Amino acid sequence: MVAIDVRNIVKRFGDFTAVKGISFQVASGEIFGLLGPNGAGKSTLIRMLTTLLPPSEGTALINGFDVARQADDVRKAIGVIPQAMTSDLELSVEENLLIFAKLYGVPRDRRKRLITELLEAVELTEWRDKQVRNLSGGMRRRVEIARGLVHEPKVFFLDEPTTGLDPVSRVHVWEMLQRIKSERDLTVLITTHYMDEADKLCDRIAIVDHGQLMALDSPMKLKASVPGKNVLEASFSSAPADWIEVLRRLPDVEEVTGHDHVFRLATGNGPATTMAMLQTAAQMQVSVDSLAVQSTTLDDVFVHYTGRALRDTLQAPAPQDNPFMIRR
Amino acid sequence: MHRTLAIIEREMRRFRRSPMLIVMSMMMPIVQLVVLGYAFGGNVKHLKVAIVDQDHGVPAVRIRELAGAIATGNHTFDVIDYSDVGVALADLRNGVVNGVLTIPPDYSRRVITRQEPTVALISDNTDSFVSATLSATMAQVVGSLGQPVKTTIRTPSQPSLQLVEVYPYVPYIQYLLPGSITMSIFMMVMIGGGIIFIDDKARGLHEGYLVTPITKFELIAGFNISGTIRAVIAGAFLMVIGSLIAGVPNPLDPMRMMRLLLVITVTAFALISMMFLIMVRISDPLLPRAVFGVLNTVLYFPSGAVYPQQGFPKWMQVIAAADPFTYAVHAFKSLLLKNTGFEAIAFDLGFLVVFSVVSMGAATMLFRRTL
Repeated sequence: MVAIDVRNIVKRFGDFTAVKGISFQVASGEIFGLLGPNGAGKSTLIRMLTTLLPPSEGTALINGFDVARQADDVRKAIGVIPQAMTSDLELSVEENLLIFAKLYGVPRDRRKRLITELLEAVELTEWRDKQVRNLSGGMRRRVEIARGLVHEPKVFFLDEPTTGLDPVSRVHVWEMLQRIKSERDLTVLITTHYMDEADKLCDRIAIVDHGQLMALDSPMKLKASVPGKNVLEASFSSAPADWIEVLRRLPDVEEVTGHDHVFRLATGNGPATTMAMLQTAAQMQVSVDSLAVQSTTLDDVFVHYTGRALRDTLQAPAPQDNPFMIRR
Repeated sequence: MHRTLAIIEREMRRFRRSPMLIVMSMMMPIVQLVVLGYAFGGNVKHLKVAIVDQDHGVPAVRIRELAGAIATGNHTFDVIDYSDVGVALADLRNGVVNGVLTIPPDYSRRVITRQEPTVALISDNTDSFVSATLSATMAQVVGSLGQPVKTTIRTPSQPSLQLVEVYPYVPYIQYLLPGSITMSIFMMVMIGGGIIFIDDKARGLHEGYLVTPITKFELIAGFNISGTIRAVIAGAFLMVIGSLIAGVPNPLDPMRMMRLLLVITVTAFALISMMFLIMVRISDPLLPRAVFGVLNTVLYFPSGAVYPQQGFPKWMQVIAAADPFTYAVHAFKSLLLKNTGFEAIAFDLGFLVVFSVVSMGAATMLFRRTL
């Protein structure tokens, strides 16, 4: 069964188009990753799918309900962890969950059982009476994950849930999400900047840039889709001017990029290319200062599809930030 | 309805854990009541008056004696003798004295020959209160000179006015109390309702609500009712403590307290509804803080809380007519200073209820269910 069905969805803010006709489907029970650089349109897309923004064009069905026409049914079916930490700091861990269970209309008897189960799942049972303001960033995130699941949603949206957490807390959140997912009938859509996170967690990954879908597949297939199985990164001194051309002619080399004295070689056979490169360098009396060989990662996939250009641009405030704009 | 109750529960739990909010919103009106009440409520005393007697005749001595009697009696002013008018005027300009009374050299002769004897009061009119007090007191002094002995006439030929005061003397601090109660409600509405609401919005807390199936009306109703409960607590606290501080007669009369609580509740609901109407489209956390100061002035001072509205210019009376503070202050004055029944406050209650309904309706209409 299809849990998320996005068809040619578009979002415009005045003259600016943040999402330009994206389509994809997420199967029930899948963990789906949405990757993209800052300003790529990920958060706008997730806000449309969670009914926080109305689409300008196209449709999106969540658990069979249209986000524009059946927003209330969608809201009942989804759990959402927004990018910002949104727990009530003055309330205790348990109270945060309790208030949201009431907002979702969870019956009293189920409420108690679910809160106890979720606190155990996120390993916060012993902190249940503590005010959230006294918890660390990682613990607050776990409170929010539990809060988002307190009404037993079918689809769970997480917008950069591990941003700002230390590596240990991040790993803890991943493991917890995988465990929760394995225990219930849940479809997960997650946005993240951490490629290793997406690689480990997600069944499939969509790469979004400039409001468009650049690639969509499993992490394995995405890695296979970019040139080379391995990447060699080497720096040289006293290299001749045409050194980059020499490197391109080495066996199994598919792509070479270079900057100053540092060169990256994408290759289908890492060991063979390494041996050939060292021999050629010795023959031409070029000294190798450093050499690293690694497998292709999602970082390489990400850079391949989105480019290396920095996105440091000013942007006009979105019309949604204008307090005096009347919207139905 | 259960979702509205969840919002109320959440807001009240947060309120209980914010002692600074409670203290700040209750202390400021009490401090204002005490400071303003005693600062403006007392009579002006111990003004410095320079007397320059250039005559030294018996009538001049009589004036100085009368002035001295006031100095030792009700202490409105203290008398300082000067021999030189120039020095006295220099001291007046330098603020050493508040007024200079000069008795000219020919004063006694003019009194005896009945040729319009005149003394001059030169006062520092940059302070109108001081100037008016000095003028009035000196007019009494001069007016009492040469008055015939008062005799009672059985059949008076001139009509006379007899003043009958319906209520006991109302000190200024009691006159201020209705405004202070309204202010305490407003403070709680502004800090607890306006500023925290926008801070939550800026932190993204509202996103958490908007993805739940709660309706616009349920959300606004939850915020309004919880804001009203908080403001009623602040208003009721000031009603009791303020009445005791200001010395309102029989402050714990249960029937009056019931009526006061009703006015406090209706006022709180009107002000919180107005607050959400103002804040419904605002996202910048600095804006409510700026609006706070402006609203405080625009609502409090035209309301008649510190000065009678009849003294306002026309344009300000128009503001006063639309100002919900006006009706709250009027109702509180009726109950606290006159201990009236519902008849005297029915119009005030009616206005505040209509104001609340219109404000809440408009806020619900303008509230965005999406970001």
